[in-house]
Amino acid sequence: MLGLNKHDAMLFVIVLILTLLAPFLLNPFPQGSSLAQFNAGYPDLMQRFVIYGIFAIGFNILFGLTGYLSFGHAAFLGMGSYAAVWIFKLLTYNVVPAILLSVIVAGLFALVIGYISLRRSGIYFSILTLAFAQMSFALAYSVLSNPKFNLTNGETGLQVYSNDPQWLHRASLPDMPHLFGLSVRSTYTLRMNGWTFDFNSGYYICAAIMILMFYLSIRIFRSPFGMMLRAIKSNQQRLNYTGLNSRPYTLAAFVISGMYAGLAGGLLAAMDPLAGAERMQWTASGEVVLMTILGGAGTLIGPVLGAGFIKYFENIFSKINDNVLHQWFAFLPDGMEDLMVTIVHPFIGKGWNLTLGLLFMIVVIFLPGGLVEGGQRVGRVFRRRDRKASGAEAEAARQRRTPAE
Amino acid sequence: MSKNDLTRRGVLKTGAVAGAGLAVPTIFTAGSARAFTNEPTGSNVVLGFNVPQTGPYADEGMDELRAQELAVQHLNGEGDGGCLATFSSKALDGTGILGKKVTFVTGDTQTKSDAARAAAKSMIEKDGAIMINGGSSSGVAVAVQGLCQEAGIIFMAGLTHSNDTTGKDRKKNGFRHFFNAYMSAAALAPVLEKAYGTDRRAYHLTADYTWGWTQQESIAASTEAMGWETVENVLTPLAATDFSSYIAPVLNSGADVLVLNHYGGNMVNSLTQAVQFGLRDKQVNGKNFEIVVPLYSELMAAGAGANVAGVYGSMNYNWQLDNEGSKAFVKSFGEKYGRPPSNSAQTCYAQVLLYADAVARAGSFDPCAVAEALEGFQFDGLGNGPTLYRAEDHQCFKDVLVMKGKEAPANEFDLLEIVDVTPVAQVEYPADHPMFGGAEATLGECNPGA
Repeated sequence: MLGLNKHDAMLFVIVLILTLLAPFLLNPFPQGSSLAQFNAGYPDLMQRFVIYGIFAIGFNILFGLTGYLSFGHAAFLGMGSYAAVWIFKLLTYNVVPAILLSVIVAGLFALVIGYISLRRSGIYFSILTLAFAQMSFALAYSVLSNPKFNLTNGETGLQVYSNDPQWLHRASLPDMPHLFGLSVRSTYTLRMNGWTFDFNSGYYICAAIMILMFYLSIRIFRSPFGMMLRAIKSNQQRLNYTGLNSRPYTLAAFVISGMYAGLAGGLLAAMDPLAGAERMQWTASGEVVLMTILGGAGTLIGPVLGAGFIKYFENIFSKINDNVLHQWFAFLPDGMEDLMVTIVHPFIGKGWNLTLGLLFMIVVIFLPGGLVEGGQRVGRVFRRRDRKASGAEAEAARQRRTPAE
Repeated sequence: MSKNDLTRRGVLKTGAVAGAGLAVPTIFTAGSARAFTNEPTGSNVVLGFNVPQTGPYADEGMDELRAQELAVQHLNGEGDGGCLATFSSKALDGTGILGKKVTFVTGDTQTKSDAARAAAKSMIEKDGAIMINGGSSSGVAVAVQGLCQEAGIIFMAGLTHSNDTTGKDRKKNGFRHFFNAYMSAAALAPVLEKAYGTDRRAYHLTADYTWGWTQQESIAASTEAMGWETVENVLTPLAATDFSSYIAPVLNSGADVLVLNHYGGNMVNSLTQAVQFGLRDKQVNGKNFEIVVPLYSELMAAGAGANVAGVYGSMNYNWQLDNEGSKAFVKSFGEKYGRPPSNSAQTCYAQVLLYADAVARAGSFDPCAVAEALEGFQFDGLGNGPTLYRAEDHQCFKDVLVMKGKEAPANEFDLLEIVDVTPVAQVEYPADHPMFGGAEATLGECNPGA
């Protein structure tokens, strides 16, 4: 189907179903129950899941295939956001031109930064990209936001004001980013005895784009170009000695992943018309590295899972406070209740970073291949063919179960 | 070499999937038929407290959260009632808001505009918060205020000192109780004139972002009006921790006053280093060298320790203030947490009560009705003395405190002393003042959302 082999087509269909049904899947607990705290099916977070999914898919094309670890990808995300908000300010609230421009701007910057950074590899490449990203951050944070030439509006973040020109804006259109008149904020809420499910138009716009980008990434992975990128990862020197110039390939991969990041940035701005400089900070660049490694670098679906995992912790765990804990442990006797709250307290609320860090360590130590490897191991345990295998087949199954060194 | 296996069936299938994908968004255009966003329908009403729990202002955020929790208790009739007894408006009776029990959800702003907006959105979309309060940075306040305007709920700003919050970025759904950079400058100038005279040369070190610039602009304007000369303004990166390279040139510039337009960790470091360089022991132009910190906070003073001794600055509120409202608040805060409240705690406490009171007076949670009830509202008894919520820009006008670092503090909470309470008339300005966006700045239309 669609030029994919059976295995990839299956993966693609799974991703398609998961994203389309996300409003149901992410709201498994009825509203008002004590577990409703863990529901993640509200528009903002669902949008973030797929947008950061796009970001991580793009990053994986560079890092997962070529092995070049860029520590400055957030810069492209930020540039994409600024480009999109400028379209909103000057032209129209329609998201199509905004997203197109954000991809183009990020692509151009990626071309320049990549051209320079890719002269080096390994740690030097990482440091160069980090330097460029921090430079962009500093420019956006203060240099380009002085009162005389205000391109980024500094710490406050670039936003749309009612007195901005918006030349193509008409009164009949929503005063909010929209897709040909369909506001990204319009949400249909389905209520079914206790459960509520939000179907948000902005989410489905992002989801459609992510599915498209996921498909594109499968095709890149399976193309001769993707094979060349893998060759660079396994032994670039050898590739060079065979007379191939590997630099155009790495540059192309860098620009493609920069454009993915720009697209994600444009979508972030389209869902919420504000572009803040913090989006470009090195912590944001580090976050996408974590997402990719946590999910499984070099795998197709891993980065999407990693992105969802991290965003879930950031948004759900950071909101659990002591009051919520007391509700959970209310069934225990008073002394026990306080004890439990004291034990759990450091891991929730402001401690969400700690919980995430611990989980990250567990994943990296026990599942070096990320969440995808975890899934594969579980899959192998239940694989019928393996359980019923005998003789040489059983030996193969045993080897499959033990991780490769 | 990509595979090209186009079959009739394949094309049809792909078309159907793509068509369904495109049709999905258009099905869900119907909005819900509520009158305003998150109208509380049950027996509870949810407030959203969005404070920095991680990052450089986490201490301030924690103190804000303490005050907000206290305010919720008082609204629900628990504890000693705090300022409900001293508040000039008697619409609140300790039975929640309009008979609904007050509950709250919290979020972490991380002192980043993006994260703050995400946290606020989640409280609005997931938890059904009807009002957002808190924050410890102007960038965050402006960003969240914009979000609340779009979403159609009320934003009661926490600690935000930049002129822009109620200046060029003012919004119909947003309200600020805290004072601003202009007021700091207007209150400090006369005190500085009395202490240091009219013939001074000032050297500014300014944090290089929006708040720093408005602060520097305001202080330079007020001090120049009384005869001071601004020798130089040097912008320092916000992330800087070592200011020695910025402080060394000050001595050779011929300046005799150093103005530190810094806040938080910046201010703790720059002040400490300036004092360690011995600036305050120097004689320049036949006068003692002096340091001024326009915006003080208890937590910064605690960070800088003995270095604040003798340094002037301004504050929105201090727990030593001697009026009925202040005493009631300090007592109830102290009994619950065993420490005096900071000025960011006080502004959040006051904002929560002011919001609840406005709802009670309006008889509705509708943000437009609440905004109307707050506009032009005059009140007393929340700690700052008589206060007006100005209708034109949603800025509170009240007395401003000029503070000075104590020479011999008795304990860790006693580092600052009140030098002067500048009357409100002296810090007033017209709503279309050029530092506040001029005539162009408007509140826009009230947005009830949904």
